[in-house]
Parts: sequence; C-alpha cells; structure tokens
Amino acid sequence: MNKINYGDLLRRFSVPIMFVIICAVCAPISGLSPSYLCNEIVTRMGRNAFLILSLLIPIMAGMGLNFSMTLGAMAGEIGLILVSDWQIVGIPGMILAMIVSVPISALLGLFCGKVLNMAKGREMITSYIISFFINGIYQLIVLYLMGPVIPIKHSNIKLPRGYGIRNTVSLLSMRQKLDNLIPLNIGGVKIPVATFIIIFLLCLVIIWFRKTKLGQDMRAVGQDMGVARDSGIDVERTRIISMVLSTVFAGIGMIIYLQNMGNIATYSSHSQIGMFCIAALLVGGASVEKASIGNVFLGIILFHTMFIVAPKAGTVITGDSMIGEYFRVFVSYAVITVALIMYETNKRKNKSKAGEQLALAQEEANE
Amino acid sequence: MTEKTNTITLSDRVKDIAKDFGLPRLIITGFLVLLLVVSPFVGADLPTQISNIINRFSWNGILVLAMVPMVHSGCGLNFGLPLGIISGLLGATLSIELGFSGAFSFLMAILLATPFALVFGCIYGWLLNKIKGGEMMIATYVGFSSVSLMCMMWLLLPYHSPNMVWGMAGKGLRTTISLEGYYTQALAKILQINIGNLSIPTGSILFFALLAFGMWAFLHTKTGTAMTAVGSNPEFARSSGVNVDKIRLISVVMSTWLAAIGILVYEQGFGFIQLYMAPFYMALPAVSAILIGGASVNKASVMNVIIGTILFQGIVTMTPTVMNNMIHLDMSEVIRIIVSNGMILYALTRKTEETK
Repeated sequence: MNKINYGDLLRRFSVPIMFVIICAVCAPISGLSPSYLCNEIVTRMGRNAFLILSLLIPIMAGMGLNFSMTLGAMAGEIGLILVSDWQIVGIPGMILAMIVSVPISALLGLFCGKVLNMAKGREMITSYIISFFINGIYQLIVLYLMGPVIPIKHSNIKLPRGYGIRNTVSLLSMRQKLDNLIPLNIGGVKIPVATFIIIFLLCLVIIWFRKTKLGQDMRAVGQDMGVARDSGIDVERTRIISMVLSTVFAGIGMIIYLQNMGNIATYSSHSQIGMFCIAALLVGGASVEKASIGNVFLGIILFHTMFIVAPKAGTVITGDSMIGEYFRVFVSYAVITVALIMYETNKRKNKSKAGEQLALAQEEANE
Repeated sequence: MTEKTNTITLSDRVKDIAKDFGLPRLIITGFLVLLLVVSPFVGADLPTQISNIINRFSWNGILVLAMVPMVHSGCGLNFGLPLGIISGLLGATLSIELGFSGAFSFLMAILLATPFALVFGCIYGWLLNKIKGGEMMIATYVGFSSVSLMCMMWLLLPYHSPNMVWGMAGKGLRTTISLEGYYTQALAKILQINIGNLSIPTGSILFFALLAFGMWAFLHTKTGTAMTAVGSNPEFARSSGVNVDKIRLISVVMSTWLAAIGILVYEQGFGFIQLYMAPFYMALPAVSAILIGGASVNKASVMNVIIGTILFQGIVTMTPTVMNNMIHLDMSEVIRIIVSNGMILYALTRKTEETK
C-alpha cells in the first residue's frame, strides 16, 4: 500500500522533481554566484507572484488554466499608458493606473466568462483564442484610437506619425517605486518588502475567499456542474465571477510587474505573460484542476532559476547563446504540454474508474 | 454528408450555402466583395489584385486542406499543424543539403519529408488517441513544443550546405533560406498563364486540385466513410466494427503529411524557407480559413477549403492595398487578427449550442 503511495507521489511531483534536477545540474555549470541568483529570484518573486496568483480562482471553479489572463494584462497596460500620459508619478500613479484598469479588466472578464459559458468543456482552447482576439482589439485601440479618439497629450509616448503609442513606453517615474517603498537589504539581497506585503494580502484574500459562500459555490461548480446546478447554485454566474476576479487580479498584477521592469513593451509585454505564468504554476506542482498558493511560490523559484541559469549553462556547454534561449522556451512549452496530457489522461482514467466502481456497487447490491 | 450538395442543382446549392454560412461568414464575404468593388475606384489595379489572391490561394490551399481529415475523424481542428510543417521543413533542408537542385529538389523534398511526416504523425496520433476530448488544446501545445525543440535542432543538426548555414560560423541554419536555384516557383511555372497584369500559377493550382480531388475521393472510399462515421458518432462506429483508434490515427497521419506538402508548396510560391519561430503561428490562419469557408469543429468538406482559402487570402491581400489607397492607413494586420481569431471563437462557441 505504502509503495503505491510513493509511486503516486512521485508521479504527482514529477515535474517539480525534474526541475530540481535541471536546476541542480545547470546552476554550477552556469557559473553564476549564489548571491546573484538569490537576488534575481527574490526580484522575480515580487514581479510575478501576483500575476500567477490570479490564475488560482478559475482553476478552483473548474475552468482550467486561464490563458486569457492576458486580457487583464492588457487592461493594466492601458491603465499605465494613460497614467503616464497624465504624468502622475510614483505610487499615486500606480494606484490610479490600477483604478483605471479595474473597470476595463472587469468588462473583459465579463466578456470572457460569457464566451466561456458558451464553450463548456473546451474552456482552455477558447480562452487561448480569446486572448488572441482581444489582442487584436487592444492593438486597434492602442495603435489607432489612442490619439484621435482617446486624447494623448505627450508626444514622447506617441508615435512620430501623431497617433498610436510607441513600441516602448518608459515608466521611469514609477520604476520600482513600490519595490523600494520599504527598503530592506539582507546580506546583499534586496527585498521588495512592500510588494511582498501586497502579495501576502492577496494570499490572505484568496484563503479567505475559499471559505466564503461564493468560494464554496465555485468549488462545487468545479467539482461537478450538474450537481452544483441541482443544489441551487447559479453555475453560469459563478463562472463569470471567477473570470472577472481573475482578470482584475491579473490587471493589478501586470501593473506590479511593469513597475518592476520600468518600461512597457506596448505590443509584446502581455503576449508571453500568460504562457510563462502558467508554466511557472505548473512547474510548482499544480495541475489543471488543482493548484495551491504553495505551488505558486515553489513554481516561481524553480521555473525562474531554470530561466536564469539555462541560457548561461547552454552557452558554456555548446558555445552558442541561442541554444539556452531556445531551451528555456522549449521547456516552458513542454511543461504545459505534459501537464495538459496528464490532466486529460487522468480525467479518462477517473471516468473509467468511476464506471468500474458503479458496476461493483451494482454487483454488491445484487448480491 | 456535405458532399451530397455536389449533385444537387446550383440554385439549391446556393440556398444551402447561404443557410450554412451564418452571419460572420456573410459579413466576411460582403466585406471582400466590397473591397473588390471599391478597389478600382481608389486606384488599385484589379487584375494585379486578383492574381495576388490566386497566387496566395495556391500557396496556402494545401495547408488548409490538411485540416479536413482530422475534422472528419472527430479530432477537431488541427492546431498541431506546425508538427507537419516541421516535417516539410526537414524534407526541404535535407533536399538542399543532399545537393539536389532545380525543380527536381522539390520532388526530393516531398519524398524526404514523407517519412518524417509519417513518423511524427504516428506519434502525434497515438498521443491524441490517449487524450480523446482534449485534442485541440494539446494539439496547440504539441505544435508549440515541437517548434521550440526544432529551434534548437536547426542550430545543432550537422547541416553544411553553404547556401543554408550562417556564413561566419559555418554551422547552424539561417532563419530564412532563399530557394533561388532550387525549387522556387517549381510548380507555379508549369503552364503559367500571363495576360497583362493577370498571372495564374496553373501548375500550383493543378497540384492543389489533384490533392483536393484525392481527398474528396478518399472520403468516399470505405476508410473515408468510416472516418466520417467515427467523427460524427464514435460509439456507433465502434459498434459497427470500425477500429476507432486506427481510423483516428490514419486521419492524423494524413493531416500531418498534407501539412508537410503544404509548407513545401507554400515555399515554392514564396521563394524562401522560413525556419525557427516561423511555423509557430501558422496553424491559426489555416484554421480560420477553413472555418470562414463554412466548416465547423466537426464538419468540413473540400468545398469549405476552397471557399475559405479564397475568402481569407482575399481579405489578407486586399485590405492593405485598398485601405492604404483610401485613407493612407494600414490597419490590415489588426483586421486580420480580429477576423481570423473572431472566426475561430465563433466556431468554438457554436458547436456547444447545437449539442445543448
């Protein structure tokens, strides 16, 4: 009995274990100093944790990995672009950007939730396509409507032709303002205390949310939509709320992310963010139907260690810097692929197991 | 099932198509017609435009055709198209590496790509049989993983042909490889028709017609009918003695092989081999083209392929010129993104409404 449990455990944590091995092999080869690594990981923890936490709620509601978290990221970017045009700097600027982004995210989340309700059973591919679709709308707004329709005053963020936003918008006035709000330095490792406090608060909110009526409803919907509906839960509404919450959190997360980076790559910042966040969450041992706060932090540590170490190690081994770059992209995609395959095979296994149990129960009843 | 329409009279068919079309398709068709009507008035040369559309149709047709078998067998839209494209790229680069040149290198590229397509297709099909119900999402990520794996491989594989590797390092393939002297326009030049500004790549179109006819004929063989049966009702197919897994595997292998051929035809028209991240998003235009043509997640015909490719490529080629001439504003890229992904979204949400 014990042996089977070990096997199960090993399978469940196969991805994190694999990553520990990759990191353990690559870290010494890369020749990066431990203090540099620590610094980088702490920075990336502050940068990404909020974004990845936003993925937890749709998983709870049984909607799988929210590939359309990009929607929130775009809303956050729109907020930041507007605020940097209004030239409101520092923390007030960030807060205003969040206030601007929230209604946009909520609207997009509403749209996304409605569409996903029409595509039950294939939420992930649909949310993935939604992110592309809205990216088209985002480009329409930012590239053509900002200027003639949405007033943009300052030419330093406008394209030379007079409308549309430049490829990069500098956030120098906001750069790491939140991270450095409460400065703390332990043994050469800079710790963004204020960012961590906000992340910690979001963790508390998520833990609290799970215990509320709505949170319980969401878990019931995630377990079985039919049963949830029979017990009087408005399934569609619950699912929409989970998408709205996720998108709003993703928008705020993106603002935190970008204040750390210090500039917005207007047309590409958001495009990869969903993929990297999802990969990190999965690396932390989460699956499509189950993810915890612990997975988020373990995932960030392992995934980003690999992210920092792989290109250097690749360069040392093959003498070509591109190999490592491609390697980490490949690993990100491979992790998601493996997680999706495991999810689908498990789903089928459980289905047949449930069938067997039903047959067994019937036999027993007959006896 | 949809093939039945071929035998009915034209007016019936028009009605049928109009009914099947749905609002988004009607809008897209209307938009294209509007573009064609407007283009002479804004100073765009209509014959050039039309030959552009025909040309791009001949490049992309087979990639779109590759969608058909998997839709028929119920595997959904093949978002894993990049896997087949990679087989094609391997064939193309090997053909050049082995020193073939001229139009003959095209034939060799097809022959060399085939074993890769078969092997990759078998593995991919085996995988998709393990995860029935979640094909589309996993197909997407199988495509992505294979493209990013091959990014490393293009650098590491021992290619030496000076026409393909980086000049300085002497190894690692370039991101784009010119096909000048190899098989650029290999098909298009056959029986090419030139009337003023209008030029028609007859060879490419005949090649597409050959494969499309082959597909149509295949769908009417015993295996083809079984494929349709598996797609529309797997339980029924199983109980009438069809080996569902085997049929699905065949459809995936066919789709992968067609994608490999498709990219080779695309390259002979375009004149370049594009490696590394280029195949990454190639599935999306093909998927939306067949959907625009009237296919749905579980229903597609050769007719859908032809109509869809013409409409999609028509919009892609017409919008930039017409828009540029009209308002000096190139919004074609944005329009393309919104139209193609909107179409996929529409298809993904529609089927569930039917089954509800």
